[in-house]
Amino acid sequence: MQLIPCPWCGPREEAEFHYGGQAHVAYPEDPAALTDEQWAQYVFFRENPSGPFAERWSHHAGCRRWFNAVRDTRTHDLLAVYRVGEPMPEVTA
Amino acid sequence: MTVSPLAAWRDRLAALAPVLDVAEVPFRSQLTVRVSDPDALAAAGSALGVPFPSAACTFTSGTGPFGDAEVLWLGPDEFLVTASPGLQVTIEEVLRGALGTAGGSVVDTSAQRTTVVLQGPLVRQVLAHGCSVDLHPSSAPVGTCVQTLLARTGIVLQVTGEDRCTILVRSSFAEYFAAWLADACTEYLAVA
Amino acid sequence: MTFRTPTGGSIDRNTLLHFTFNGRPYTGHPGDTLASALLAHGVHQIGSSVKLGRPRGIVAAGSEDPTSLVQVEAPFSEPMLLATTVELYDGLVARGLAGQGRLSPEPDPARYDAKHEHCDVLVVGAGPAGLVAALTAARSGARVVLVDEQNQAGGALLGVDEYLDDRPSAEWVADVVAELKSTPGVLVLERTTAFGMYQDGFVLALQKRTDHLGFAAPASVARQRVWRIRTRQTVLATGAHERPVAFADNDRPGIMLASSARTFLHRYGVLPGSRAVVFTTDDSAYCAAIDLAESGVDIALVTDARPEPPARLAAECAARGIEVRAGHVVAGTDGDRRVTGARIAPLAATSPDLTVDCDTVLVSGGWNPVVSLFSQARGKLRYDAELGAFVPGEELPTVRVAGSATGELDLGACARQGRDAGAQAAAAAGFTPGGQVPLPVSDSRCTARSGLVLWRVPGDDDASFVDLQRDSTVADVLRATGAGLRSLEHVKRYTTIGTAHDQGKTSGMIAAGIVAEELGVELAEQRPTTFRPPFTSVSFAALAGRDRGELHDPVRVTSIHPWHVAHGALFEDVGQWKRPWYYPRDGEDLHTAVLRECKATRESVGMMDGSTLGKIDVQGRDAGKFLDMLYTNMMSTLKVGRIRYGVMCGVDGMVIDDGTVIRVGEERYLVTTTTGNAAKILDWMEEWLQTEWPHLDVHCTSVTEHWATIPLVGPRSRDVLAAVAPSLDVSNEAFEFMTWREAEVAGVPARVCRISFSGELAYEINVTAWHGIAVWEALMAAGEKYGITPYGTETMHVLRAEKGYPIIGQETDATVTPQDLGMSWAVSKKKPDFIGKRSFARAENNRTDRKQLVGLLPVDPAVLLPEGSQIVETDRLPEPPVRMLGHVTSSYPSAALGRTFALALVRSGHERIGETLYVPVEDSLVPVTVTESVLYDKEGARRDG
Repeated sequence: MQLIPCPWCGPREEAEFHYGGQAHVAYPEDPAALTDEQWAQYVFFRENPSGPFAERWSHHAGCRRWFNAVRDTRTHDLLAVYRVGEPMPEVTA
Repeated sequence: MTVSPLAAWRDRLAALAPVLDVAEVPFRSQLTVRVSDPDALAAAGSALGVPFPSAACTFTSGTGPFGDAEVLWLGPDEFLVTASPGLQVTIEEVLRGALGTAGGSVVDTSAQRTTVVLQGPLVRQVLAHGCSVDLHPSSAPVGTCVQTLLARTGIVLQVTGEDRCTILVRSSFAEYFAAWLADACTEYLAVA
Repeated sequence: MTFRTPTGGSIDRNTLLHFTFNGRPYTGHPGDTLASALLAHGVHQIGSSVKLGRPRGIVAAGSEDPTSLVQVEAPFSEPMLLATTVELYDGLVARGLAGQGRLSPEPDPARYDAKHEHCDVLVVGAGPAGLVAALTAARSGARVVLVDEQNQAGGALLGVDEYLDDRPSAEWVADVVAELKSTPGVLVLERTTAFGMYQDGFVLALQKRTDHLGFAAPASVARQRVWRIRTRQTVLATGAHERPVAFADNDRPGIMLASSARTFLHRYGVLPGSRAVVFTTDDSAYCAAIDLAESGVDIALVTDARPEPPARLAAECAARGIEVRAGHVVAGTDGDRRVTGARIAPLAATSPDLTVDCDTVLVSGGWNPVVSLFSQARGKLRYDAELGAFVPGEELPTVRVAGSATGELDLGACARQGRDAGAQAAAAAGFTPGGQVPLPVSDSRCTARSGLVLWRVPGDDDASFVDLQRDSTVADVLRATGAGLRSLEHVKRYTTIGTAHDQGKTSGMIAAGIVAEELGVELAEQRPTTFRPPFTSVSFAALAGRDRGELHDPVRVTSIHPWHVAHGALFEDVGQWKRPWYYPRDGEDLHTAVLRECKATRESVGMMDGSTLGKIDVQGRDAGKFLDMLYTNMMSTLKVGRIRYGVMCGVDGMVIDDGTVIRVGEERYLVTTTTGNAAKILDWMEEWLQTEWPHLDVHCTSVTEHWATIPLVGPRSRDVLAAVAPSLDVSNEAFEFMTWREAEVAGVPARVCRISFSGELAYEINVTAWHGIAVWEALMAAGEKYGITPYGTETMHVLRAEKGYPIIGQETDATVTPQDLGMSWAVSKKKPDFIGKRSFARAENNRTDRKQLVGLLPVDPAVLLPEGSQIVETDRLPEPPVRMLGHVTSSYPSAALGRTFALALVRSGHERIGETLYVPVEDSLVPVTVTESVLYDKEGARRDG
């Protein structure tokens, strides 16, 4: 049972969290202006790196806050957590 | 006539007394306050006579115009105000007035959760069977308030005294919580 | 004949325990294991092997034993336990297994539980290194947990009769344990095996709390407990297992690890046999030979594979008349159910030059440090050529290894490592070391000299067993390498070596050694197989713990639930909720009861408990703007006091939820969600608010359980409501459809909504949950004269299906758009954007052959289509693949229609209305007519009563 450090509540067991997929995928400014392909990129396509990956988590059973985390997909180690709106910190895997 | 979620459990919970004093405190006034503006928070605290907690995972308590009241930190802009039964309508109005134009929300959630007080030297031991948060006094001193999981239900857990906790549990999960707690006490009861 | 020594061992000789093994009665003593008690009676064969049916005995004294699997039959049947780890109790009934046990068909009556524990320093293993580590950490003031799988601390000291600091080692152990137990913040857990080590200092440990009590185990005490330990620092003092050597016919009962025989002697007062041959490649077996000889075992011969035996130990043997043959090995054995002779050969030669009669062969091939947990903690291993074993190969920030788990075999050095590790762990956890723990000084005659690394003795490879439990031999390993396998992981899977209950504790290293030898590579270049939890077997009952029966999953109930129970409702699980399914009256089955409930509701009045609907309070200046983005239709234009039905889609344009939106105030709405989606939709709302639109002044609060919700449905609902809400003008003019009013209902402040999920005149009464049952009863009383009928989810489903109202999750999966549901009317054309809108313009969403919601009327009105049935185009099935047009989503008999009907998702369904399609039901194709989804009261005439 991994610990996930909620930026507000501190480390809690992962069972308290929901996964939210890749971070920093902003809702397009004007969806109507996008081609079908551009829109499909937003809706369906996500990165799948081997290594550090910025993703969103929600402390569902705790403070209900969404936040971002950089996770090394090879080890599951969480390299950094940061609040929504903050830039992704530099990490070393 | 009003019925609280654990009314039918009163005797069964009382029977845990050799291990833990457990009692539902029904019908408490509870209001969920969502606001992040510091001035509005301060105003709400003044109106209540209890300052809103500034630290995460804590609660504050005090006595004000509505008697004894507590403010529980639930999230960075989310608080639960609790007070004696029957005050929810008045407190809701007063808090909304205090927030003024700062935005935010005040919602009567009095029946959303029920309140259970657990007291006794074994309280941490019993809860440790289902709660992954470290309840050791060095990690969870009096004044701690965490939202977490107990076994398979979400709870709000306040550490209110050396051997005393208050647990708020969603009303629909209250019977599961009570059944779990009673079961958790089985072994301790046999020894007691 | 008894093999029990006259004295010695930590058993209670004054108490006799009776037990049964393979149908025969035996006796033993408290302190015995099943294995030691059997050995005391000269019983070596436990079972037979899984594939070859060869007799198998007891190889080791502890959890590393590969062969002594038994089925315990009483007090409760439990398969696959090791005789060497089953503590003896009175009345034990067991029988040996041939590699497979039998799960009891009865539920296990014992309690099992789990407990979370947090500490600064966890020490695994209570041998000399672990004890010193724990005491050092404890004296620093750290919170310490010490776990050990034995029923008493001491580790390897339990198997020897050596002195520490000039007194029996047990006294030294007892002193350390006593200090630990009296130190605040220290938890000592006996009979507790740390079986899994995970990220972030998470260690799972299984404590066997009452197994050893057998029939006397109190029912109220959890038999086993899974400790969920969260630690900052860990010291692994997990010791080492003695390694055998593979030779021909090395699997006969009576062939045992030398140190294990020594443990049986000193810990249990049991001799392994009368006449033993010792086969060793290192020094430690000499001590076993000497101790056993002094206890009366005839040591026929010590063969030492090394060219030079250790001079001092050889001299001690000579002094006791024990012959030592250097450069010799045991190359084979004789016997059937028990070894009767050992064939001795020079190591270099291929054929034996001597056979020695014996009933016991004691083997020592060196030591394997127990590195399983270290490896699970992602520690890298390194091959130590001198030891012939993998040892911890790096330092980890939070995990330290001490004692023989590092490969160190000298007791003093092990204890020093323990002290260092304990101090470092405490310091790393932020504690200053307290009083220095003195290191014990041992009188052991066994020096810690490394031996010769020998994996196998040349001979009959087909009978040279590597994994005795899996019946895998040297020949199997050679077949694997011969087939071109080079990786140890591949060889493991090819041969199954190391995949049994023991996870290769005695076999894995030998297999690796043989593979390297055959491939002509250095073991240092081989990657060891991955160690995975659990270290020892853990029963599912223990893992399930208390999550059984009523605690298996939370049962969520509404405030009105007790009434439903009292009135005979049958319940349906909806998510975790128990919802009344229907309320059968005498002798009614589902269909009869539901037809009655439907009829009563459509013709007079019914009511149900709708409290499980998700309810979310949405407040803030931007609440309308926010809801406009979430719902496909416009919510900001809704007037205060009015209600609108809305559909929510994902960004892909697929329906995710639906419900009503009530405008409570200028800046306040109350939205409802489907029962199963309440938490998901609140998360969904928070996700958009927090991650995309934090600038919006909107806050969402769940009030699902704050309200009890009672739909009051049917032409007489107005009369019933009027009776309990005298202050409310219930006339159609004053209280229109899709509006709400605050009113007192049965004397309780309520919010009454005029909405309908059945097409009938209906009201939804919302009161604080505390009042739920009182208001429900008041409505029942007021409705009595109209025959008011409580109904459950089944009737609700029929009533709504007759009106073509979809249920999210039943009519929809993640591939259905509002348009597919025939709900284009609920999709705003005016709003510039909302979630899902852009997807509606995708080519895929505009295909004319999308599956669309329609009604189906079986041509035979008595035929009920099974839900989930496929739909095909022709009255005869063509050759496969058959083109499926869709499937039946809902299907019911209908009182109002006087026939059966169904809803279905059908390709191009909206264009097919009027067509006849076919539904395969068992062996026939049932013809059905495609209709609009609304089947009852298409004009909506009943809505206003």
